[in-house]
Amino acid sequence: MIPSKEEMRAALTCRVGEDITAKLESSTVAILGLGGLGSNVSIALARAGVGHLVIADFDSVDMTNLNRQQYKVSQLGTKKTEAIKANLLEISPYLKIDAYDVKVNEDNIFEICKDADVICEAFDKAENKAMLVNYVLENMPDKYIVSASGMAGFGSMNEIKTRKITDRFFLCGDGKSDVNDGIGLVSARVMGCAAHEAHTILRILTGETHE
Amino acid sequence: MVRVNGENKEIAGMSVAQYLRENGYDLKFVAVEINEEIAPKATLEDRIIADNDVIEIVNFVGGG
Repeated sequence: MIPSKEEMRAALTCRVGEDITAKLESSTVAILGLGGLGSNVSIALARAGVGHLVIADFDSVDMTNLNRQQYKVSQLGTKKTEAIKANLLEISPYLKIDAYDVKVNEDNIFEICKDADVICEAFDKAENKAMLVNYVLENMPDKYIVSASGMAGFGSMNEIKTRKITDRFFLCGDGKSDVNDGIGLVSARVMGCAAHEAHTILRILTGETHE
Repeated sequence: MVRVNGENKEIAGMSVAQYLRENGYDLKFVAVEINEEIAPKATLEDRIIADNDVIEIVNFVGGG
C-alpha cells in the first residue's frame, strides 16, 4: 500500500518543518552520472524531499558496479537511468524525474540542466569532471555546481571535505586519491563523498550556505 | 606577489597556461579560478597573471 502524497509530505514536515519542506519540494537538481556518486546522491536527495530530479547517464548496470552503486543483481543489464528511476520511485513515489539516457557533453549540458537550481557533477573520469565544471561556470553563471574529486581507496574518511571554491562552485573529496593510481573505489568512502555532495546541495537549496 | 592555492609565488607576468604546464598540470583536467571568477579555458594562453592575483587551480582526479 503506497501512502498518499499528503501522508508522505506530513512525514517530512514533522522532521524538518514546513519552510524547508516547501523549499526542497519546489527545487530541481540535475545529477549527471549515475555511478557511485550519482546513484547515492540521487537517493539522498529523494529521501530529503527534493521534488524534481533530472538524471543523466548513458551506461547500463554492470556486475562491477554493485560494490558501491545503488543497484541490485536483478537490475544487471538495465539502463542506469531506468534502474535508478525505479529505485527512487520505490523510496519517493511522487518524485518527478526527468531521465536522459545520453552521454553528457558540451552540446547537451545546457538543455539537460536548464531547469536545475543546482547541478551535481557525478562522473568518473577526470576529464569529464573538468569539462562539466568549466562549462557550467563559463556558460550557466546563475547555476550552482557541486563536484567531487578524490574518493578512491581505503584512506581515512576524514580526509574527504567540502570546499567552497567560488560563490557557485563547491568541491567535495580529498582532492588527490585517483582511481587511476590503482586503488579501487570502496563503497563507504565513495558513499561518504556522495553524501558530502548531497548535503552541500541540500544546504544550497535551503539557504544554509549564504550566511 | 601572487597567491596560488594558498601559497605565495613570484609569477606575475607569465600566462596562466604557461604556469600550468611548467607545474605539471594537464589543461584537460583543471578548472582555474582567478580572484573568485572562472578563467575560461579558451583564455588561459593569453591571460597574463597580474600582481596580487589570487589563483585557485582545481586539478580533477578520476573516480566516482
